[in-house]
Amino acid sequence: MSSPDLPLAAPQTAHPAPSAGSHESSGKNQRVRRLTGRDRLVVVLMVAIPTVVVVGLIWLPAIASVLLSFTDWNGVGSLADAKVIGLQNYTDVFTIYPPFKPAVEHNLLWLVVMFVVATPLGILFAVLIDKELKGSRFYQTALYLPVVLSLALIGFIWQLMYSRDQGLINAVLGTQVDFYGDPRWNIWAALFATCWRQVGYVMLLYLAGLKGVDASLKEAAQMDGANQVQTFFRIVFPVMRPINIIVLVITVIESLRAFDLVWIINQGRNGLELLATLVTANIVGEASRIGFGSALATIMLLISLVFISIYLTVVMREDER
Amino acid sequence: MSSSTIGGVGRRQAGAVPSAPRRTPPARVVLYVFLIVSSVLWLFPLLWAVFNSFRDYQYTQANGYASFGGFTFDNYVNAWEQGDFGRHFLNSVVITVPAVVLALLLASMVAFVVARFSFKFNLALLGLFTAANLLPPQALLIPLYRLFRAVQVPYWFSYSGSLLDSYWALIIVNTAFQTGFCAFVLSNYMKTLPYELYEAAQVDGLSVLRQWWQITLPLCRPALAALAVLEITWIYNEFFWATVLLQTGDKFPITSSLNNLKGQFFTDYNLLSAGSVLVALPVLVVFFALQKQFVSGLTLGATKG
Repeated sequence: MSSPDLPLAAPQTAHPAPSAGSHESSGKNQRVRRLTGRDRLVVVLMVAIPTVVVVGLIWLPAIASVLLSFTDWNGVGSLADAKVIGLQNYTDVFTIYPPFKPAVEHNLLWLVVMFVVATPLGILFAVLIDKELKGSRFYQTALYLPVVLSLALIGFIWQLMYSRDQGLINAVLGTQVDFYGDPRWNIWAALFATCWRQVGYVMLLYLAGLKGVDASLKEAAQMDGANQVQTFFRIVFPVMRPINIIVLVITVIESLRAFDLVWIINQGRNGLELLATLVTANIVGEASRIGFGSALATIMLLISLVFISIYLTVVMREDER
Repeated sequence: MSSSTIGGVGRRQAGAVPSAPRRTPPARVVLYVFLIVSSVLWLFPLLWAVFNSFRDYQYTQANGYASFGGFTFDNYVNAWEQGDFGRHFLNSVVITVPAVVLALLLASMVAFVVARFSFKFNLALLGLFTAANLLPPQALLIPLYRLFRAVQVPYWFSYSGSLLDSYWALIIVNTAFQTGFCAFVLSNYMKTLPYELYEAAQVDGLSVLRQWWQITLPLCRPALAALAVLEITWIYNEFFWATVLLQTGDKFPITSSLNNLKGQFFTDYNLLSAGSVLVALPVLVVFFALQKQFVSGLTLGATKG
């Protein structure tokens, strides 16, 4: 195991993290047992109150979505009238629901573009800024300024670039492309604007990672005759494995959750279908097909749970060290 | 770009360009140009919005947007009035402040127990919280929507008579979602506090509640500050829940009210620019004032909900 401690979270050096491993829990549990009754009640409440909030408002609804996905409930009338229809909703999603296929394709495209364009660009900027050249702070601030803005607002700001009649791009090129309206273009327009924000975010994470890489490692590699590119790919990048995995998981989850920008543009229709907008449209819109919408929601849930598990495994393992 | 010092080591390496001259190597010039050009390009959409927000609609109609002149403040006045920005900003404050405070409070409680005591379920508990923050909100939409609609409350509590279409719904949802992230970051931070501190406190007979409130929280001030800044921007920027859980237009926080305003602003891009700048301004002010906290907050947890 060669990965060093990285500033994924607070530095772990000050004190060995109290691990939950059963082999050493006996000693500390004795300390717990020494607590007075009142203290023990406080500990229980301190765990119970937040847990009730998070379980009640996030986990139980998530489970309820899964359960509803097996019913034909349309939201009208009582839940007791809903019939269990097995996997019918899922069959419908895959067979007779036209927007599903484009939505999956768009989500995948989103993921690919974030990986192939935004992530490498973010890493490149991080590596360059890490050299601490003159004006580093300016470059850094400029590049991550969009991270502060909401994606909804980014949709509006880019409208000034994209608009057919009044946008800058068309004015400069002398074209008449309706970037947000034309289904051939709008997904790319949305992706471009999202990348604008994502690059700064990836850059920030890698900058933090790079600061944690032992300088002597790089020196050693270079003394062995590796050039900078080799040093980065063979030494620095592998050593930053935890950051890499975190960026990977965040990218997947953010791509899956992509919603705001597309909803601002046209509520996810006409070339901008995404899983998140399909779920929303099926529930909030006119035709509230709850069972069906829940099936879509469950599909999203399952995909994200896979990556959340990967993420947790990685960060918790870091944690135990 | 391959002949520069790395990480302040101060040793010039012979890299892909073997004989790098000592003063302003060409590779370094290329690097500077690249970074400057990128930074300016990156800032451009924002600067363009600011630039056009100060220009007169008639002027840009006559001369095109790629022109210079026609400066005015009127767009800001009009955007503020037509968009009812005063009310929407207030809505954002009413939702954001309690949600941030509650999320930090709840998270610090869980984090404290996880970091202070060693139970078998510690990791599982932390996982439960952290994972909650990463779930797609759409996956919980239906049950939460129905739940909020079903909860009847007195009219003095919410004008809609239920939690749906009330500020409470947004405060609760944002709190629940962000508690996970904060708990994860705070527990990591708290684990770095020396355990002897608590042993001493225990010997002095300090109750668990006071160990949390009087010892742990003050020591966590840097992490709490960083999280507060980050959470303020996230909850202020939150769009999805506000869009689906609110139905009355004048309750929308500023970020999601933008969508309501689209119609009015659609034809007048100078007005749209002014509106966008106004909405961006609070987060930009927070960001520039507390940049360090913002960045350290992001990298403290290295994840985003």
